[in-house]
Amino acid sequence: MSPDTIDQIFVITKHWLLGYVPVGLVPIASAILSVVPVLLAFPLLFAITTVLERKGLGRIQNRYGPNRVGPAGFLQPMADGIKSLTKEDIIPRDADHLVHLLAPIVMVLAAFLAYAVLPIGRNMVITDLNAGVLFFFAIGSMVELAVFMAGWSSRSKYSLLGAMRAVAQMISYEVPLVLASIVIIMASGSLSTVGIVEAQTGFTFGLPHWYVFTPWGFAGFILFMIAATAESNRSPFDLPEGESEIIAGYYIEYSGFKFALFFLGEYLGMFATSGMAITLFLGGWGAPFSFLTWVPSYVWFFVKLLVLICCFIWVRGTLPRLRMDQLMGLAWKFMLPMTLLNLITAGIWHFMPAGILRWIVGTAMVVVPFLLTSRTLKQGKSLQVRTYRYAE
Amino acid sequence: MVGVGILKGLTETALNFFGSYVRKDRLTTIQFPEERAPRIEATRNFPFLVYDGDDPMAGLRCVSCFICEKECPPKCILIDKSTDKKPDATGKPQFYPAQFQIDISVCMSCQICVEVCPFDAIKMDTTFELSTQDRFDDLLWPKQRLAKSNEYYHEIHPTEAAAVDAELAAARAKAAPKPAAAAAPASTPATAAPASAAPVTPAPETDAVKGSTT
Repeated sequence: MSPDTIDQIFVITKHWLLGYVPVGLVPIASAILSVVPVLLAFPLLFAITTVLERKGLGRIQNRYGPNRVGPAGFLQPMADGIKSLTKEDIIPRDADHLVHLLAPIVMVLAAFLAYAVLPIGRNMVITDLNAGVLFFFAIGSMVELAVFMAGWSSRSKYSLLGAMRAVAQMISYEVPLVLASIVIIMASGSLSTVGIVEAQTGFTFGLPHWYVFTPWGFAGFILFMIAATAESNRSPFDLPEGESEIIAGYYIEYSGFKFALFFLGEYLGMFATSGMAITLFLGGWGAPFSFLTWVPSYVWFFVKLLVLICCFIWVRGTLPRLRMDQLMGLAWKFMLPMTLLNLITAGIWHFMPAGILRWIVGTAMVVVPFLLTSRTLKQGKSLQVRTYRYAE
Repeated sequence: MVGVGILKGLTETALNFFGSYVRKDRLTTIQFPEERAPRIEATRNFPFLVYDGDDPMAGLRCVSCFICEKECPPKCILIDKSTDKKPDATGKPQFYPAQFQIDISVCMSCQICVEVCPFDAIKMDTTFELSTQDRFDDLLWPKQRLAKSNEYYHEIHPTEAAAVDAELAAARAKAAPKPAAAAAPASTPATAAPASAAPVTPAPETDAVKGSTT
């Protein structure tokens, strides 16, 4: 088989299977054949990620991590799944039963819907919407709805407060998330995810034309990833869950498999935003070097996804949790001005002739505001060893 | 500069991550069922009854004086006194427990029973893998299960056991002249048990006496 056949093997298989379907049923069969692999692949990735995360965090803390179930502990997710399935599903007596049941489902549903526009490989996208990026962010804000449903329907003040905090955080970080990705839409002139990936194909001196390799693209990527971390409620922005001080925030009244569904939704959301970061900044399914183009496109997508997941785990193992005011301050005082400035940088880059001057101006426009903003934010906040007046 | 601290932290965690694969001394975890941490000598878990000689039931040092039962804070000990007497560790005729039960689901491992026992009959054990699926019979231990030999006591708490043996040997030596004349011919088979236990002990005895005085 030629590399091209291997690259397109899933597409070819799908068309071959569609040949056996009656003509009237082709649209629905096509949809099912596109959706089912995504519904299988990403929950499987969730299972792998949980065990990788626990092992990785363990190693970061000089521990072994789970190593009992199956070879090297890699069947731990099965044990966790069985455990959460056999647990009692407790619903508070005064809870709104319907909304309480719907909240985790909406969470997972919203996370899954986002995959509709993610190009996983060449010609491998469920729907190529011409407003794909817009669709992605619109669906992404459905997660806040699920969070608030969970917090409200539990009829517990802790759930409700947790949900308020979570929604405040997620709405705040949605702004820099969207603004950071607008530079890509400006540069590629397309809202379609497939179009954005195609705009990044091609190589110069063996290096790809990814947007992350421009000053504004790099800044945008970092800002996008920070906002994505906050969007998916991961450490250091995991205040909504805050397992060490507020136990579980908005899903404190959930148990058993519904609780597991929240986790699934959270991780699927993280994969989706990571996938969007790959699509926007890291060239989607494109190979990182021109001599590696023979590797199938979907392999590249999942390799990049795993690298980003490892970065998420690494950051989680490193940084302590932020305080609520620090979290909001970072979003509104640092991320928002930086993303807005980044828009201007991308515009100037676009209208300047290609050359070394463009690079100097672009880099300066990213680095100087970063230094100035961070210095301003630091003023009046002297960090020192805490002294105690009464306790000794 | 802002961000340098974060990069330093990321380097540190990355070093930990890769270092834990390269250097085994970084990993301090002991993989429990396969390897075990060395036990310190003062380890204690639940009490057991010490017996001398070969027969666990005949050699029990317990004389059912009820002090431990009365002192036990959670009241987990149950003793029934015998109606007849048998010679104890020093050869004096004493009662023995017809029934001695400890409910280890109630026991709080406080060691008060051990401290109050005037006969050195109850000591603390070190076994801890006692989980069971039967929460009644497997957690209410009769004297058959509680009885453990003096040699076992030496094995788990050598220093303490040697001191106890020295005390018992002294008490036995003090009591010896009288029963040698009168009591010994009357109950020869019963005194055989404490007498046979005595030769086992001399070697650790002297060590312990030295150890305790220095």
